[in-house]
Amino acid sequence: MSGHAEVGNYLTHPKGLRSWLTTVDHKRIGLMYMATSMTFFFVGGIFALLIRLELMTPGLTLMSADTYNKFFTYHGAIMIFMFIIPIIPAALGNFFLPIMIGAKDVAFPRLNLASYYIFIAGAALSVWALMAHGADTGWTFYTPYSIRSNTSVVLITLGVFVMGFSSILTGLNFIVTVHKLRCPGMTFHRMPLFVWAIYATAIIQVLATPVIGITTLLLIMERLLKIGIFDPALGGDAVLFQHFFWFYSHPAVYIMILPGMGIISEVIPVFARKHIFGYKAIAYSSLAIAGISFLVWGHHMFVSGQSDLANMLFSVLTMFVAIPTAIKVFNWTATLYKGSISLKTPMLYALSFLFMFTIGGLTGLFLAALSVDVHLHDTYFVVAHFHYVMMGGTVMGLLAGLHYWWPKMFGKMVHEWSAKISWGLIFIGFNMTFFTQFFLGYLGMPRRYYDYPPEYAGLNMISTIGSWFLLAGFALMAFYFIRSLFLPGKAPANPWGGKTLEWQIASPPTEHNFPEIPTVTGKPYDYGVVKL
Amino acid sequence: MTHGETVIAETKHKVPHHFDSAEQAFESSKLGLWLFLVTEILLFGGLFVAYVIFRGLYPDLFHTASQHLNKILGSINTVVLICSSLSMALAVDRVRQNDPNKAHQYMLVTLFFAACFMIIKYVEYTHKFHEGLLPGGNFTNAALAGDPKAPLFFSLYFMMTGLHGIHVLVGMGLITWVLIRSNRGEFSSSYYTPVELVGLYWHLVDLIWIYLFPLLYLIG
Repeated sequence: MSGHAEVGNYLTHPKGLRSWLTTVDHKRIGLMYMATSMTFFFVGGIFALLIRLELMTPGLTLMSADTYNKFFTYHGAIMIFMFIIPIIPAALGNFFLPIMIGAKDVAFPRLNLASYYIFIAGAALSVWALMAHGADTGWTFYTPYSIRSNTSVVLITLGVFVMGFSSILTGLNFIVTVHKLRCPGMTFHRMPLFVWAIYATAIIQVLATPVIGITTLLLIMERLLKIGIFDPALGGDAVLFQHFFWFYSHPAVYIMILPGMGIISEVIPVFARKHIFGYKAIAYSSLAIAGISFLVWGHHMFVSGQSDLANMLFSVLTMFVAIPTAIKVFNWTATLYKGSISLKTPMLYALSFLFMFTIGGLTGLFLAALSVDVHLHDTYFVVAHFHYVMMGGTVMGLLAGLHYWWPKMFGKMVHEWSAKISWGLIFIGFNMTFFTQFFLGYLGMPRRYYDYPPEYAGLNMISTIGSWFLLAGFALMAFYFIRSLFLPGKAPANPWGGKTLEWQIASPPTEHNFPEIPTVTGKPYDYGVVKL
Repeated sequence: MTHGETVIAETKHKVPHHFDSAEQAFESSKLGLWLFLVTEILLFGGLFVAYVIFRGLYPDLFHTASQHLNKILGSINTVVLICSSLSMALAVDRVRQNDPNKAHQYMLVTLFFAACFMIIKYVEYTHKFHEGLLPGGNFTNAALAGDPKAPLFFSLYFMMTGLHGIHVLVGMGLITWVLIRSNRGEFSSSYYTPVELVGLYWHLVDLIWIYLFPLLYLIG
């Protein structure tokens, strides 16, 4: 169509650092997000390892209690705001959403680049805060302590405010892209499920993030001008902060998990060689989760003096989340049934997701039950629960997606056996680290505490040793991913036999994705007619 | 340059390469801006919720504290902003009808009203500062000193009108920007997306004030 004889791939065309920093190509912006967020994952992971080292034995092991308070704050804030929220939507979503709906780019490419730089600015503010006086409030910045703490709370929350802007702009861009830029024949019911998941995520990003914006703004004003809205000493209400905070941060949990679920919906049909079971059920359950996510924030305040009626309502509403979630899990399992399953690395991660996310989801129901929550609230049971959802869910989904799409993004295959060994280390390490914490929490060990009685020592030791397995697994992964880039040979355009649009174009793609805008005539996972 | 770039007649504007038509580009921009306006409402929504909660808790306090606001200046500002919305709507209409000269005049009128609003706000703020009606811990007003919760009302007052004032300033910047671009002849009936979007934004800024005014000034 364009008349160019040879169009270079997006990685090398055009060349030069400047062309990357000023690019409006959604693929390059996606990679820039990926590089940045993975760096933060590395930094947040170091803090996690240090926390586990400190908790290896009772009493002082490595650091003072004050340093420990700062380190778990850094771990939480970095992992949440700089890694797990942006990594799948802004990195993989940016890269693949336009391609999967047959578009040349997102609706607003310059806004896309702007949102990357806004993210960098917010992250820089937060990192500056950590280097100035740090923060010891936990990533939730609960008042009134966050008003009194003599650490850099203003800077770090300003960073969160700015990063929120970036998240809103990304979500807004994706919603418009899905509505306005689908190629001919790409009806809503022909969109890949990853697109549905990113779309549902984008709705939450747009509707929830402004609330954390005003919350952090109020907290900043609280510290700078003593406005007193969250300060009981000035007539304000500290629990109001918790309500505001979780009105965003609970939906944000689904900003984190929905894109991971989207990846699983892509990987499972491809590696089971079967049309996905219950396409519409999976698609609409994403929207259902997005909808319910706004009605459950109060389950974080079961013991904060909320009224009994509110507690009961939030408890019931929270259990409703289990319905669309279970619909997804059952449909994925049904897709596996009588499929021709190929246990390549992406599939191993997808299956791990099914196991561990299910544990995370079910323990969420324990916590949604009021009487049980009173016993388990703020214990390691909660820590184990959300790590099973966030790491056993989202990170497993992310790793499935990274291995699945790596050949498309870089045109290189990774070494399959290295990847499998790394998967084994991560799977064992993760379960050692966090399954033990279910017991610790059930036995009553509170989260965030620096010290614990000797009764908890054995399980804590196992948990810490598990974290070293994770370190080994991720180190090996970084090694083989980077090494693959320098290996000779080129990945085929469609190494896994995928049916969605991104597998029908070159690896790596050209600058405008498609030589000619495609016309879609069927469902995204049409394996019925394929002969393998 | 690259494929599929169509140049719209009458202006130098190019439809971005990833859109099929100028109409698709216009519709996308509008949807994007409406979504952005939703986020603005949610941003203010937090403050409205805080207002509802504290007014529910301390109704008498809100009643007395509200007496300290200047109803006349508030009313003038309301009229000023409504007029500015009208002149902005007329400006958008004139651009759409290929009448740039009239459009420029209407945009200047809008800027004038916006500036009036900010000046009146400045007068009100200075007055409050003099009386010590400051947010939270800085509150020094003697007349209301009897009620320890009184500063809360003024915290909300300054947060809500302050955030709104910042939006007015941003809106003035945006109107100046489209005015300059319009002067360069960049818009016509076939391409006027930025003017339309700035207009929508300006109406929202106006609309938020329409809610702020009775909630803060007229509850006495």
